Amino acid sequence: MTDRRPNPEELLKRAQEEEARQARGKLKIFFGATAGVGKTYAMLEAAHEQQNDGVDVVVGWVETHKRTETEALLKGLEILPPRLVDYQRATLREFDLDAALARRPQLILMDELAHTNAPGSRHPKRWQDVVELLNAGIHVYTTVNVQHLESLNDVVTQITGVRIGETVPDSIMEQADDVELIDLPPDDLLQRLREGKVYVPEQAQQAIENFFRKGNLIALREMALRRTAERVDQQMEVYRRDHAVQRTWPAAETVMVCVNMKPRGPRLVRAARRMAADLHAKWLAVYVQTPRHLRLTDADRARVNQTLRLAEELGAETATLTGEKVAQEILAYARSRNVTKIIVGKPIRARWKEWVFGSVVAELVRNSGEIDVYVITGEAGESRRLITPALARTNRWPAYGFATAGVVACTAVAWLMAPFFDIANLIMVYLLGIVIIATRYGRGPSILASFLSVAAFDFFFVSPRFTFDVAAVQYLLTFSVMLIVSLVISGFTVRARQQAELARGNERRTALLYALSRDLATQRGLENVVRVALQHVTEIFSGQVAAFIVDAAGHLELRHEPHRRFEFDSKESGIVQWVFDHGERAGAGTNTLPGASALYLPLIGMKGPIGVLAIRHAQKGQLLDPDQIHLLEMLTNQTALALGRTLLAAEAQQAHVLAETERTRNAILSAVSHDLRTPLATITGAAGSLLDGQKALSDSARRELARAIVDEAGRLDRLVKNLLEMMRLEAGASRLKKEWHPLDEIVGSTLGRLEGRLGNRTIETRFAPNLPMVRVDGVLMEQVLLNLFDNALKYAPPSTAIELSASVSDHNMLVEIADRGPGIPPGDEEKIFDKFYRADPTREGGVGLGLTICRGIIDAHGGRIWAENRTGGGALFRFALPLEEHPPQVEPERTDA
Amino acid sequence: MGVMRGRVGISPSFQSREQGQRHLHSESRTAASVLIIEDEPEIRRVLRTTLTQHGYHPHEASTGQEGLAQAAARNPDLILLYLGLPDVDGLEVIRKMRKWATIPMIVLSARGQEAVKVAALDAGADDYVTKPFGIDELLARIRVVLRHAARRPDSTGKEPVLTIGALRVDLEQRHVRLSGKEVRLTPIEYKLLAVLIRHAGKVLTYRQLLKEVWGPLHAHEAHYVRVYMQHLRNKLEANPAHPRYLTTELGVGYRLKTE
Repeated sequence: MTDRRPNPEELLKRAQEEEARQARGKLKIFFGATAGVGKTYAMLEAAHEQQNDGVDVVVGWVETHKRTETEALLKGLEILPPRLVDYQRATLREFDLDAALARRPQLILMDELAHTNAPGSRHPKRWQDVVELLNAGIHVYTTVNVQHLESLNDVVTQITGVRIGETVPDSIMEQADDVELIDLPPDDLLQRLREGKVYVPEQAQQAIENFFRKGNLIALREMALRRTAERVDQQMEVYRRDHAVQRTWPAAETVMVCVNMKPRGPRLVRAARRMAADLHAKWLAVYVQTPRHLRLTDADRARVNQTLRLAEELGAETATLTGEKVAQEILAYARSRNVTKIIVGKPIRARWKEWVFGSVVAELVRNSGEIDVYVITGEAGESRRLITPALARTNRWPAYGFATAGVVACTAVAWLMAPFFDIANLIMVYLLGIVIIATRYGRGPSILASFLSVAAFDFFFVSPRFTFDVAAVQYLLTFSVMLIVSLVISGFTVRARQQAELARGNERRTALLYALSRDLATQRGLENVVRVALQHVTEIFSGQVAAFIVDAAGHLELRHEPHRRFEFDSKESGIVQWVFDHGERAGAGTNTLPGASALYLPLIGMKGPIGVLAIRHAQKGQLLDPDQIHLLEMLTNQTALALGRTLLAAEAQQAHVLAETERTRNAILSAVSHDLRTPLATITGAAGSLLDGQKALSDSARRELARAIVDEAGRLDRLVKNLLEMMRLEAGASRLKKEWHPLDEIVGSTLGRLEGRLGNRTIETRFAPNLPMVRVDGVLMEQVLLNLFDNALKYAPPSTAIELSASVSDHNMLVEIADRGPGIPPGDEEKIFDKFYRADPTREGGVGLGLTICRGIIDAHGGRIWAENRTGGGALFRFALPLEEHPPQVEPERTDA
Repeated sequence: MGVMRGRVGISPSFQSREQGQRHLHSESRTAASVLIIEDEPEIRRVLRTTLTQHGYHPHEASTGQEGLAQAAARNPDLILLYLGLPDVDGLEVIRKMRKWATIPMIVLSARGQEAVKVAALDAGADDYVTKPFGIDELLARIRVVLRHAARRPDSTGKEPVLTIGALRVDLEQRHVRLSGKEVRLTPIEYKLLAVLIRHAGKVLTYRQLLKEVWGPLHAHEAHYVRVYMQHLRNKLEANPAHPRYLTTELGVGYRLKTE
C-alpha cells in the first residue's frame, strides 16, 4: 500500500474548499441538549465580546422567552426590527432577511435555527435564511438543540415519545466552523426550570411532567455530548488529513440505502445517514423503478420523491434505477459504485407471499457476495397501504366483455368438438382462449376468463353435465391448472407491457431531448433560441411557460410564448431575481418559497447565469412529479447551453461591430479633415479676395471668384449629403418609402437636378418600350442615379456622352449607366463599392461614399448593383431591381380633348 | 383688430384667395414686405441683404412665437419660414397662421425631409426651397408666389391663353398646341394640365393634384398622378426623360416650370 499523502488534486480541492469557506460567512452553533441550558445566553455573551472587539454585530432574531437575565444581555446590541406577517388574522413577527442582507453586519445572531418561518416567507425554514446570510459573507451565531437534528429525530422520538416537527439537516451542523456545546447537568436544569428561569411557572410544571423528565434529559444530554464528540473526531481527522499524519487509512466505505414507496423510507434514510457518518463514508440512496412504478398512486410517488429528497438533504447521492428485478438492479448498481454496505428495510409482507413471489431481501442477501446487507425494522404499528392497482386507464369494462365473449366462443367450439374428442382435449380450447385473452386484455379479464372457463367447462362438459357438481376429484386439478396458467400468462404479458411502457417513457424523453437539441442547434439569435425552447417546454408540460433572460444592463426581461401568455405576478419578480442570483431553483414544489404560483429554474450557461425559466402547471396548485422535474432539468440545461452559445456569438458580433465602427470613424475623420477642408479653403480664399480687393478686381475676376465659391460650396454640399446618407443607411434609419414610380420620371427628376453641372455634356437615355412601373423609394432611387451620374461626370472626358438605358430582363428592371471614362482598374470592380474606397486618390472629388450608398440603397430594395468595364473603354454600372409585384392598373381613358 | 383687414378666413393654399388690397403688390414691385422667420442669424443676414438688393422690404424674427407676433403686427406680403425652429414646430406655425391669414408662405427646409415638405404644403404653405438654396431659385419662387397671390380669384379666366416655350394652351377653347400642332388630350390629362397651369411655377403635392383632378375619393393613390403625368410628358415634352416644363420633385409632387 502506498503512502496516502494527499495528492495534488486533493490539495487543490482542499485549497478551493478553504477559499470558498473564506468568502462565506462563518457559522458558529451554540449546541445544547434541550431548551433552557443557556444557549441564547451564551450566544449573547459571545456577541458582546465580539462587539467589544469592534465587530459590527446585529441581533437578527433572539427569543428571550422573557428570561430576565437574557433580556438584560440584549441591552447594548443593535436589534434588527422584525418583519410583520399577517397570517390568519394574527400578526406574526418574523426575521427580516432582506433587511439583514441590506444592513450587512459582520456578525448576525440568529436564535433557534430549527424555526419554521411563517407562510409566505422566502424560505420555509430559518436554517435556509442562515445559509443565505452565510453565502452573502455574513458571519452567523445560532443556537440549536440536539433533538432538532434531522438524523437524530427518530431516536429522540423513540426516547421521549414526542415527535419534533422542526428539524435541521445535519449538513448545516457539519458546515459549521465552530460548535460550542452548552452543557448543563440535568439536575441543574430541573432546578432552573422549577425556579421559572426557563418557562413561566405554569408552563414549567407541564414541561417537567412531559418532556423534561430526568430520564429524557440524561439521554438527550448524552446524545448532545456524543454528537459534539463526533464532530471533534471529525476535526481531528481533518487535521490529520491536512497534516498527512501517518496512520492506516480505512478502506473507503460506501453505504447504500434502498428505498421504496413505503412510509418508513425516511427512517431507513436516517439510519443510513447515521451509519455513513459513523464510518465517515459517503452514501447513496437508490430507488428501483419497476414496471409497478407506473401503477403507483400519486401519493406513493410523492413519497418516494420525498424520501429521495430527504436523503439528498442529508448529504446522500441519489439515483433512480429502472429494471424489473429489484435485487439484481440494486446489486449491479452497488457493484458499479463500490458499495460496501447495503441497507434495506425488513420485509413486512405475509410469509406466503414471500414464498410465492420471492423476497427481494432474501435475494439480496443470497447474491450480495462481499457486500454487507443490513436489514432494518419497519416502524411498528404502521398501517400498510394497499396499492390500488388501476393504472389510470380509461374504461376497462369492454375488456371484461370481450373476455366473457371469448369464453362463450371457446364453449361453442368445445361444444362442437365434444362428440369427437376426449374431454381432456376440450380443456386445451379453453386454455388457448385464456392465453389469448391474457395477452390482449391483461390480468383482470384473464382471471375472469379463467373462472368463467372453469365454470363453463364444469357445467357443459364434466359429468354430471349441466350442473356445477363435480363427480371426479381429478377435475379439481384441471381447474386449478387452468387458473394458474391464466394467472402466470397474464402476469407475464402485463409485465411485458408495463416494461414496454417504461421503455416508451424513456424513449419519449430521449426523443424530446433530441428534438430540442436538434432544433436549438439550428437557431440563430437569442429570440429564436428562447422561442424554440419555450415551444418545446410548453409542448411537454401543459401549462404556462416563460423565460426571463438577462439583458445587457443586467435586468431580467420576460419573454413568453406568444400564443400562451404567462400571467406573471409581479410579486414574484423577487423570486426570479433570487433564482437568478443564487442559481438555485425556487417556487412551487421546492423548498424555497413553495407558496409561489410557478416553479422557477435557473438557466446557467458556461459563463454564469443567463436567465430563469418559469413553469406554471395548467391546474393550479399541482406540482410536477419527479420524472417531470428531472426531464425539465435536462431541457433547462440544453436551453441554457444554447443560450450561452448565442450570447457568446452575440458578444463576438458586438466586438466585430465595434471594430468596424472604429474603422469607419477613422475613415470619416480623415475624409473630413482632407476632403471637406479643400473646398472650404477655396471658399475662404475666394471670399477673402472678394472682401479685400473690392476695387482692384476686374469684373471678370470677381465673377470667377464668386463662381469658385458657388462650385466649391456645391461640392461641399454633396460631400456632406453623402456622409449623412451613409450614416442614415448604416443606422438603419432609412426606412424605405416604397411607391409605384415610372422609371423615366425618376430619371427625369435626376437630370433636372444635374442641370448646371452638365456643361456641354449630354446624357442619352434609352427606355425599352412599355416599361412597367417599379415599386421603389423614389427619393433614394434618385440618389442612386445622381451618384452614378456624378461618378460618370467625374471620370468621363467632357466631350463624351453618358448613356442610360433601362429594360426588363428576367423579372428584373435592369438599369445601365455607361461612360467613356478611364474605366475601372481591373480587379477593383467590387472594391469600388467599399466604404471610403477611391479608385484614384489623387483625383479631387468625393470621399468614396457615393457607390457605397448606391449599393446600400439597392440592397435595401432587394436588388443588385455591380460594375464592369465596357468594351471600347469606359465604365458600365448596372443595377437590377426585382419586379415581383404586379404594378397597379390605371384604367385607360378615351382620348377626347 | 385692424391687422386682419378683411383677410380673416381659412382657405386652402392653392385655392383662390379672398383679395383685399393684395393686388397692391404685383410685379410692379412696390417694395413687397417679406417676413423672414429663421433662427440662424447668418442665413437671416444673407436673406436680408439679398432681398433688400432686389427691392423687397425684409423683417426678421428668430423664433416661431416672434414670427407669429410679427406677422400679425406687420401683415407682410410674404413669409419665409424655416421649419426647424427652436421653439415651435414649423408646421404648427403654418397651421396657426392659416387660421387667420392667407399671407403667402415659402418654407425653407433641410434636405431629405420630403415628408415634412409635403406636410408643410398640405398644411397651407405655398412653396418650399431646400437648404442650401441658390438665391436665384429663391427669388424665382418668391416672384411666382407673389404673382399668384396678386391674382384675383376669377383672373384665371381672364388669361385664356398661356404660352410656355413651344407649348400653347387655350384654356377657353380647351386647345393645346405644341409647336403649332394640336395635341389631343384625354379629359383627365387636360384637367391635370389645367390645374398645373393655374398654379404655374408652384409645386403641387400629389394630394393636392388628386383632390383637384380626381376628387377627394382618390386621395391616396399617388401613382395615378404619376401615370397621367407620364402621359402628359410623352405628349408635350420634346424629351420626356428630361422634361423642361412638367418637372418632378420626387417625394413631393410636380411643378409646371414657366421660366
